[in-house]
Amino acid sequence: MTVAIDRATGKRRGDREPGPGRAGRLRRGYQKHWYAYAMIAPVAVVLGVLVLYPLVYGLYLTLTDANSLNTARTIGVNHIDATYKFIGLDNYADILWGPTAYDRFWSHFLWTIVWTAACVALHYGIGLGLALLLNQKLRGRTFYRLILVLPWAVPTFVTVFGWRFMLADGGVINSALDFLHVPSPLWLEDTFWQRFAAIMVNTWCGVPFMMISLLGGLQAIDASLYEAAEMDGASAWQRFRFVTLPGLRSVSSTVVLLGVIWTFNQFAVIFLLFGNTAPDAQILVTWAYYLGFGQQPRDFAQSAAYGILLLAILIVFTSFYRRWLNRNEQQLAI
Amino acid sequence: MSSTTVETSAAAGGGRPPKASRRVRRRGENSLAGSLASHGVLIVASLIALFPIAWLVYLSLGPDKDDYLHPGGIWGKMTFANYAFVVEHTEFFNWLKSSLVVTLGTTAIGVLIAATTGYAVSRMRFPGYKKFMWVLLVTQMFPVAVLMVPMYQILSDLQLIDNYLGLILVYCTTVIPYSAWLLKGYFDTIPFEIDEAGRVDGLTPFGTFFRLILPLAKPGLAVAAFYNFLTAFSEVAFASTFMLSDDKYTLAVGLQSFVSEHDAQRNLMAATAVLIAIPAAVFFYLVQKNLVTGLTAGGTKG
Repeated sequence: MTVAIDRATGKRRGDREPGPGRAGRLRRGYQKHWYAYAMIAPVAVVLGVLVLYPLVYGLYLTLTDANSLNTARTIGVNHIDATYKFIGLDNYADILWGPTAYDRFWSHFLWTIVWTAACVALHYGIGLGLALLLNQKLRGRTFYRLILVLPWAVPTFVTVFGWRFMLADGGVINSALDFLHVPSPLWLEDTFWQRFAAIMVNTWCGVPFMMISLLGGLQAIDASLYEAAEMDGASAWQRFRFVTLPGLRSVSSTVVLLGVIWTFNQFAVIFLLFGNTAPDAQILVTWAYYLGFGQQPRDFAQSAAYGILLLAILIVFTSFYRRWLNRNEQQLAI
Repeated sequence: MSSTTVETSAAAGGGRPPKASRRVRRRGENSLAGSLASHGVLIVASLIALFPIAWLVYLSLGPDKDDYLHPGGIWGKMTFANYAFVVEHTEFFNWLKSSLVVTLGTTAIGVLIAATTGYAVSRMRFPGYKKFMWVLLVTQMFPVAVLMVPMYQILSDLQLIDNYLGLILVYCTTVIPYSAWLLKGYFDTIPFEIDEAGRVDGLTPFGTFFRLILPLAKPGLAVAAFYNFLTAFSEVAFASTFMLSDDKYTLAVGLQSFVSEHDAQRNLMAATAVLIAIPAAVFFYLVQKNLVTGLTAGGTKG
């Protein structure tokens, strides 16, 4: 998409004579840009009011000891004023190296990293495999595609309920395992199997998006490249390695980034699969939600502090990812 | 509206696959085993994709709440009684109404606001452009927990907790940046000559946008609308925190509340889930071709 931006700029420069000097161009630019700013204004206002303001407010909350007992609230006709106080960076210190920091933050952090890496790798690997299969001339491939998109078509909150029936002790999966005389794990109770189940369900939910995006990317690769490669005697693996993968670069870098962001913040799957019953299978997002809304008293300050930490992790990751892409002379397609 | 998309995909399909197919068929003829293996893998994958949904439908037909533990028994006594009960004796239609109000509101506001932005970032390179794009990307990263606490506070100050408008505003924050991205991708595919023609005829950029580009961008707008709709429809975290009275639950929250309120009547839950899933899936299949075009429009070009 970066290419498109450059093209857009090129066109725009082309249709108006470039100004004589830098100052002239700036002045002209200003008159021109007035429209651009007017056009992005609605979104800028909405994001400013609904995202930036809450974000600043949230940042402030993380520096206090706000919880549901000391914030302003109305009970019946009585309005109780907020009594929480400013405590500086104590929340962050407590989360990162407080007495039980490992049990609360770092263990969830590690699991979140494993969760994200495993899910995105599985999404991408399986999605690419299926996309390659669907990109062949194959009888019934439209039919296969329609079926394979199904997990995407049904809202996550519905499918996760379906999975809960299947994973329940005595549900169809364990019955099948019993039938095969394989020991059946307690999917919804044992920590390891909870995590295993969460990755499995999320993989099931996320593959269609990757598959379809990569299929789109595969179809955009010029077929003559394959013919040329074949002419030069390239094997199937070499064609995949030197034509397909480079051709998919920009799609891949985009979907992997989106995949990481979405998986890292994946709330619905774990929340709906376990509710509050699996403290060790919570990723940071669901854990932060639990702190702020799943317990009494609600710990608003810590929950918001987790949120800020999560955001920071993602921003750092994205910056490095972008720099890494640029070093490899790839561009992010979004 | 959809004709443009169909044309483009048909054009793309007509341009490339013949070449590709000739190539692959030649390769395919060489190994029958390869094509059998492809079919095998695809069939297994399809079964895996299909099974959980099919299983849910099957369970929803069992009359007893513990039928999911011995599903073999359902076969002999299938009934639609669960569906009848859900429709007649639960808040299902209230939830449906809430879901529709919230999703349609989000969709309308989201698309309207995102459209001009998508156009601006597609056509104009202005100072602060890169920063603005970065902000749009960063907004994608907000975990629920960052905004949820302060938004809860703000909405309760504004008395917008348990209010459709509150939820719509919250959803707009997640939906708008991505819609702007999607629409930018689509606007990029509209020839720039059209803008030039408009300007030559004396239209301002606003005039060009409203009179020339917007009508051409209908398929793109549809894609963004579908995306907004699907996102708002399936959101759980904000909905379950900000909607308090059970006649205002969205379907996502309503389904969740079923376990406790109806004494774990799994059969009713399954029926409700199917009632939600079927229209959603049908809707999705109607639009998925467009959705895919929109998603990959930007990504595949680089």
